Amino acid sequence: MAAADYSRWDPVFGKLGWDIFPLNEPVVVATFVGVAVGGTALLAALTYFRLWGYLWKEWFTSIDHKKIGIMYMVLAIVMLVRGFADALLMRIQQAWTASGGAGYLDAHHYDQIFTAHGMIMIFFVAMPFVTGLMNFVMPLQIGARDVAFPFLNNFSFWLTTSGAVLVMISLFVGEFATTGWLAYPPLSGIEFSPSVGVDYYIWALQIAGIGTTLSGINLVVTIVKMRAPGMTYMRMPVFCWTTLCTNILIVATFPILTATLALLTLDRYAGTHFFTNDLGGSPMMYVNLIWIWGHPEVYILTLPIFGVFSEVVPTFTGKRLFGYTSMVYATAVITILSYIVWLHHFFTMGAGADVNSFFGITTMVISIPTGAKIFNWLFTLYKGRIRFEVPMMWTIGFMLTFVIGGMTGVLLAVPPADFVLHNSLFLVAHFHNVIIGGVVFGIFAAMTYWFPKAFGFRLAPFWGKVSFWCWLIGFYLAFMPLYVLGLMGVTRRLSQFEDTIYAGYFFVALIGALFIAAGIGAFLLQIFVSIRDREALKDTTGDPWNGRTLEWSTSSPPPYYNFAFTPRVHQIDAWWHMKAEGFKRPLENFEPIHMPRYTSTGVILSGILTVMGFALVWHIWWLAAVTFIITIAYSIDHTFNYDRDYYVQPDEVAEIEGNRTKLLAAEGAAQ
Amino acid sequence: MSTESALTSEDFYVRETHHDDDGEHHHETGTMLGFWIYLMSDCLIFGTLFATYAVLGRNYAAGPSPADLFELDLILISTFLLLFSSITYGFSVLRMDMGDLKGTQIWLIITGLFGAGFLYMEVLEFSHLWHLGATPMASAFLSSFYTLVGTHGLHVLSGCIWLIVLLAQLQIHGLTHENKRRVMCLSMFWHFLDLIWIGVFSFVYLAGVLV
Amino acid sequence: MTASAHSNHEDGHHGEGHGSFKSYMIGFVLSVVLTVIPFYLVMGDILGNAVWTVAIVFALGATQMIVHIYYFLHVTSQAEEGWLAMSIGFTVLLVVIVMTGSIWVMFNLQENMMPGHEQIEQIRSLP
Repeated sequence: MAAADYSRWDPVFGKLGWDIFPLNEPVVVATFVGVAVGGTALLAALTYFRLWGYLWKEWFTSIDHKKIGIMYMVLAIVMLVRGFADALLMRIQQAWTASGGAGYLDAHHYDQIFTAHGMIMIFFVAMPFVTGLMNFVMPLQIGARDVAFPFLNNFSFWLTTSGAVLVMISLFVGEFATTGWLAYPPLSGIEFSPSVGVDYYIWALQIAGIGTTLSGINLVVTIVKMRAPGMTYMRMPVFCWTTLCTNILIVATFPILTATLALLTLDRYAGTHFFTNDLGGSPMMYVNLIWIWGHPEVYILTLPIFGVFSEVVPTFTGKRLFGYTSMVYATAVITILSYIVWLHHFFTMGAGADVNSFFGITTMVISIPTGAKIFNWLFTLYKGRIRFEVPMMWTIGFMLTFVIGGMTGVLLAVPPADFVLHNSLFLVAHFHNVIIGGVVFGIFAAMTYWFPKAFGFRLAPFWGKVSFWCWLIGFYLAFMPLYVLGLMGVTRRLSQFEDTIYAGYFFVALIGALFIAAGIGAFLLQIFVSIRDREALKDTTGDPWNGRTLEWSTSSPPPYYNFAFTPRVHQIDAWWHMKAEGFKRPLENFEPIHMPRYTSTGVILSGILTVMGFALVWHIWWLAAVTFIITIAYSIDHTFNYDRDYYVQPDEVAEIEGNRTKLLAAEGAAQ
Repeated sequence: MSTESALTSEDFYVRETHHDDDGEHHHETGTMLGFWIYLMSDCLIFGTLFATYAVLGRNYAAGPSPADLFELDLILISTFLLLFSSITYGFSVLRMDMGDLKGTQIWLIITGLFGAGFLYMEVLEFSHLWHLGATPMASAFLSSFYTLVGTHGLHVLSGCIWLIVLLAQLQIHGLTHENKRRVMCLSMFWHFLDLIWIGVFSFVYLAGVLV
Repeated sequence: MTASAHSNHEDGHHGEGHGSFKSYMIGFVLSVVLTVIPFYLVMGDILGNAVWTVAIVFALGATQMIVHIYYFLHVTSQAEEGWLAMSIGFTVLLVVIVMTGSIWVMFNLQENMMPGHEQIEQIRSLP
């Protein structure tokens, strides 16, 4: 295919030229038309219904952790559709060529698809899902009114979005990286990837990475400093413990990614020799560093999910969580051990038997605390009165699926076995097994569980169950064949096959992918139906599941200040305790509540950084310099604004609380 | 389910009864802790750069090595400039604790001057090396050297810019709670940079010429 | 005059340790000593033994870091309810893991996987 000429450069336009639009790629062109039409329709609708002002004032400039959490989830769902589309494209290609056909994607395009798929799913689907969840739920669970640094929270969200926007732009302007989601040099170096693809990857991640690190700092300080009186660490919900450990992991690992990508950037832009083949560079050092980040990253994704299940299981069993203390210790142990297993991602790179053995053993050891958690959930379920609401179905699906994935992980932890299976489809099946079985199923459980809290009405159960079954069946159909293929020796990231004996397996995998597509479709339909039927699905009490933790003591949705009075906690499962003791909401003598103001600085700064990222990708140096200076100046100017907060007056609080009292009375609830 | 003491509804929420005399609400902020955690994350960036220097720092690619390039007497001077700046920052904080705005500002300015002196020496060193042909593009050793030491220098530069901004804000608002928090945050940043410098002069300069 | 008296309740609760003139001076003197000795040992080639010199340089450097952490940054096990000390300990642990882990792994990788210098020269001189 005729590639654009990326060796051109002029001072005004950098590497931009008319040949950078992939007009010769019919799939991309069709996508662009679809996006253009759909996007224009959406923008037109927003304008017609005069929603821009509302969106800007109530959502984009919001520093409210609940709204920011919701926006993260929306971003993740949008990117899920994009990332999944990439998956479907690959499944179709592989099924087609494995049965002897010519396929429809050339290697250059296919390579961009698997790179984008992996990168988007990890950084712009899983991370925002998990971050959004922790943002929404944790402050409510600890009895706080917001996070420690509300403005930074807003900024973090927009930084993540900025990264996502850059990745999306790469689809239509230029091209994306062809290196795989971790962009190993020397392939990702300037010599072998001279085009803009790796640069899009780098800048999207660096910008989003700042957002993630800031968010990590934010949530750690929130838990340390803003727990309600009486809520000692050992009285926090387990979800808050996993949030704490996850964000400690974030703060303690993302800097490594930042530094490593910066070194790659220097190699590409400045001609340094960190990871080059010559003049003393070592590409293996990149692999080493990136996986020191990469392994804790997967725990960043799964620990919050373990927290979700620690909330869902007790609620839908009606029993207190079994083994609270061991859950906490298991989480802490996983956090620390995650730093000493990273080499298992490159057993085959050649470090030798001693090194491989050490890391093989540590990898096997780290499966133990996770196993302990599974047992704790099982013991919680034992002799409980289980209600098979949709979140519980996802939980059972998780337990089965994640455990299988974990077992294949322990198998891969054996270095000699890994020598056979490294970079085969077995590996691909393993990590999808744990990520889908773990993170994705957990997110759906969490969304269904906390949706009523966020929006005031439940999700329609029927379509939730359809989605669940489609995902479950789809997952097994899509990935079990890959285990077999991997054992037979099929390598990952292939778009062409010489032999047709694998055709059947790839065809089954394609069917599985279609089931998953149906699952996603059912989920989106569920949202639509639930909005349509929201009156019937309304949650008036604020506690639709008979929950145990403090977020269920608020209305659905909670008032923007969360709690009229900060709760006081006496034991684990604080809300359950309050209900047992016949707690009645105070109805008078409200006090002024200290709240932060909304701000537009986060959106604006992120917008400028997006332009800066684009300029750096295309080597438009003047634009990069200008936007950089504006960023610094604007940030400094922001620090001169000391008027950041205000007090909500008691009469406003009284009115909001009074409305809730009326609603509860009409419902005939306790008070 | 508890059947213990008679816990009433009143026991399950908090009424804020304390109001400070100046009318302002002083809830415990997490700014200092948050900034400290940011510094820990910055520590890890440096850790990665140190690790990179440790692994690649002997790959001279048949080019100059540390013994050929480093002038330890100048580094000793730089080290003292930075150390003095740490002390003068400490004096600024002590003045701030006494409520002395002028004293705070003067010691901050002196700190900034020491910091600028440090940066000036570093720029001199880098340009001298560059003219000798020892550029970051010449070998992995030099790439890691410039990046590690240069990143520290960029942090010092950022600190100096922040110091100027803070001086302006002190001039405008005086020693408010918010400004005092900011002085303390920059204080942590400044001392942290001196801490990293200890690692740099020990690991890069001193150990470098010995190897 | 000592400035150890914290100003009147301005930060509400237990004041963040802001140090005193005396503590800064002790820290300063210790730092000077711990800086001069390593430079002197290296610049004067006093010990004649690189391994021992490096070991002492690192040991004194680590000591000076602790001096800075205590006397300048006022980190004690009580500061911020132990979080300052805990986070610094955790960070130090991680930096140690990253550095020693990388050195160990990369040393082994380079031993096993990188061509020797003679081989490089041989290949260079091929037509």
